[in-house]
Amino acid sequence: MKLKLATMALGAAMAAGPVMADLVFPSLSYRTGPYAAGGIPFADGYADYFTLLNERDGGIGGVATKVIECETGYNTEKGVECYESTKGEGSLVYQPLSTGITYQLIPKTTADGIPMHTMGYGRTSAKNGDVFSHTFNYPANYWDGASGAINYLLDTNNGDLSGKKIALVYHNSAYGKEPIRTLEELSAKHGFELVALPVDHPGQEQKSQWLQIRRDRPDFVLMWGWGVMNQVAVQEAANIRYPMENFIGIWWSGSENDVLPAGEAANGYKALTFHNVGTDFPVFDDLQKYVVDAGKAAGAGDQVGTVLYNRGLYAAMLAAEAAKKAQEIHGTADITPAMMRDGMEALEITEAKMTELGLPNFGPTFSVSCENHGGDALVGVTQWDATNKTWSLISEFKATDGDVIGPLINEDSGAYASENNIGSRC
Amino acid sequence: MFYREAGDFKVSYVDDSQTFPIKFDRYRYYVVLAVAFGIIPFIINDYWANALLLPFLIYAIAAIGLNILVGYCGQVSLGTGGFMAVGAYACYKLMTAFPDVSMFIHVILAGGITALVGVLFGLPSLRIKGFYLAVATLAAQFFLVWLFNRVPWFYNYSASGQINAPERDVFGIIITGPNAPAWATYLFCLIFLAVCAVVARNLTRGTTGRKWMAIRDMDIAAEIIGVNPLRAKLTAFAVSSFFVGISGALFFAVYLGAVEVGEVFGIQKSFLVLFMIIIGGLGSIFGSFAGAAFLVLLPVVLKVVGADMLGWPTDIVAHLNLVIVGALIIMFLILEPHGLAQLWRVAKEKLRLWPFPH
Repeated sequence: MKLKLATMALGAAMAAGPVMADLVFPSLSYRTGPYAAGGIPFADGYADYFTLLNERDGGIGGVATKVIECETGYNTEKGVECYESTKGEGSLVYQPLSTGITYQLIPKTTADGIPMHTMGYGRTSAKNGDVFSHTFNYPANYWDGASGAINYLLDTNNGDLSGKKIALVYHNSAYGKEPIRTLEELSAKHGFELVALPVDHPGQEQKSQWLQIRRDRPDFVLMWGWGVMNQVAVQEAANIRYPMENFIGIWWSGSENDVLPAGEAANGYKALTFHNVGTDFPVFDDLQKYVVDAGKAAGAGDQVGTVLYNRGLYAAMLAAEAAKKAQEIHGTADITPAMMRDGMEALEITEAKMTELGLPNFGPTFSVSCENHGGDALVGVTQWDATNKTWSLISEFKATDGDVIGPLINEDSGAYASENNIGSRC
Repeated sequence: MFYREAGDFKVSYVDDSQTFPIKFDRYRYYVVLAVAFGIIPFIINDYWANALLLPFLIYAIAAIGLNILVGYCGQVSLGTGGFMAVGAYACYKLMTAFPDVSMFIHVILAGGITALVGVLFGLPSLRIKGFYLAVATLAAQFFLVWLFNRVPWFYNYSASGQINAPERDVFGIIITGPNAPAWATYLFCLIFLAVCAVVARNLTRGTTGRKWMAIRDMDIAAEIIGVNPLRAKLTAFAVSSFFVGISGALFFAVYLGAVEVGEVFGIQKSFLVLFMIIIGGLGSIFGSFAGAAFLVLLPVVLKVVGADMLGWPTDIVAHLNLVIVGALIIMFLILEPHGLAQLWRVAKEKLRLWPFPH
């Protein structure tokens, strides 16, 4: 008991950190554990973009940015600790990069008035800004991903999927279960048969699932995987000689880490995306000059240009643009989380703006509004070239099936609203 | 000098059989209670509650529960995570089915349901022992997690399979959900912990506890002197699961607020609670507290010192944390196999003789 009190007193002295006037962007990252392969490049990209803004432009609107990193290990309990320890530091926006932590933080951030951006993950129905006032998931969500994959298959199969069999290999968690509803609706609409194959955390053991695929021979396989599960799945697919061009992963299953271990056999594997790949953008010259060459890169500095690094960069860019918007709306450079939320809700990403930022054609154009926190739901497809070890965009950002997704979002967000007595605010 | 029996006269049987027979110990206990109930609720903030105190209080309840089964009755269990999940899902189903009922009742009922499930999975303990029983409880762990993942009724058919704690209150004070004040959640868990600890302490001092310990020390001998192994083992499973169920309900409803069974109540949780009682001390209520405090607070303290104060990279700190916790566990097991509780006992013995050790 005494020991406990002493440690508590020690901790109290430490928890009371100084209050900074900087624009604080907490990064709930995970550089350890079974999902580190995905967490490291994302965290590096996120941190490097803010470093670039500080070094090149002197911050956002003249105020320096500060990234506080906190290790969650993809673990919800550590996520809570990270959230509580950083929220007092003036944190402007949270990006937990974990669907589990997102579910936990949706009510907490709303109660604390801090916005949260769950880009391409989290609770899909948060797109309905009328219900989820402080949660944003632009530019695309899981249901867009599911629909985007089916649309791509429709495009490549002359618009007809009837009688085809599509298998979904998914992480058996909230994250992996998200697309099932949409895929069920889509299977009824387009007449294909859906086979759902769950893989338990962390996903190293998938022999039985792939045996079933080998036996059933589905025409296409979709995958909702993350971390070590992805590379195991690609390897297993290679082992049963499943044709890679019929194997499509969600955007969290489409990075270099996932395909490199399988070597040549992974050639032709496809993944969805909501941003562009590679380093062929002017902003990377600035990154090289101001961040990498100056020795200020986050982590080991070896991730620049990988798919997930670009995603972290993109997330940071969207956060920075929202902060600029917030400064513009409220006429002050020193913004609060509440102002940041207004900025996110008024965010508009146009081609001209992306070009100005040195990221031409990097992502889809979209705008956010009070009702729509999810952007315009444009999804592209990338393919892996094992010889050159590069991903390339093979299908431009295209619209997804709003007729199917819209009602599902309204249904799910409506259920959340009535459970928690949330009224309309738009 | 301060810590001694001399001069502390017992004039009744009640005095003689009290929990803390030494005056200094007794006052220390009252001071801890006074601080926990009278001071901390007034100075607590969100960070203290959610990052340190709630997990400590809740894990302490789970550790007391497991300690009754493993430490006092000698029945090794690896199903703690599964039983906590039963408590959490029972609490969720009750909270959503009866929104107007007080949270106290929900949590206690959740404990009761877990006790029933625990008895069910405790039945094999009548025939199998030791490692084989550990494997049987391991089956309970995997089966229960699978069940809550598989059957949509348990998570009210939500799209993601997550359960989310709606806002519920006790006498008009919000206890669950994002708007619950830190002091209320803290006090709510503290009351459960205090009651559980007192109940456990008195159960283990009385006939029931003596029967458990007899079974633990030698079951055949116990049976010969008239202990019914069926009743002793099943009561141990029931009481243990009751506490573990309460901790699972609090873990979900008050602490996390949203739970995904595979991630939160997986096999790691069973091991974590088992490590707590091994490090803290098997067969000791204080050991359950010490073990929970050790494994909850140490990672946070290391993180605060390493990442926040010294500014080391977060991944280095996370890895160092594993190294340090692992090394400390090995050190404890070598230097003090009976855990932190034994250290405390030795310290008390020394204090009793101080300043004239013989």
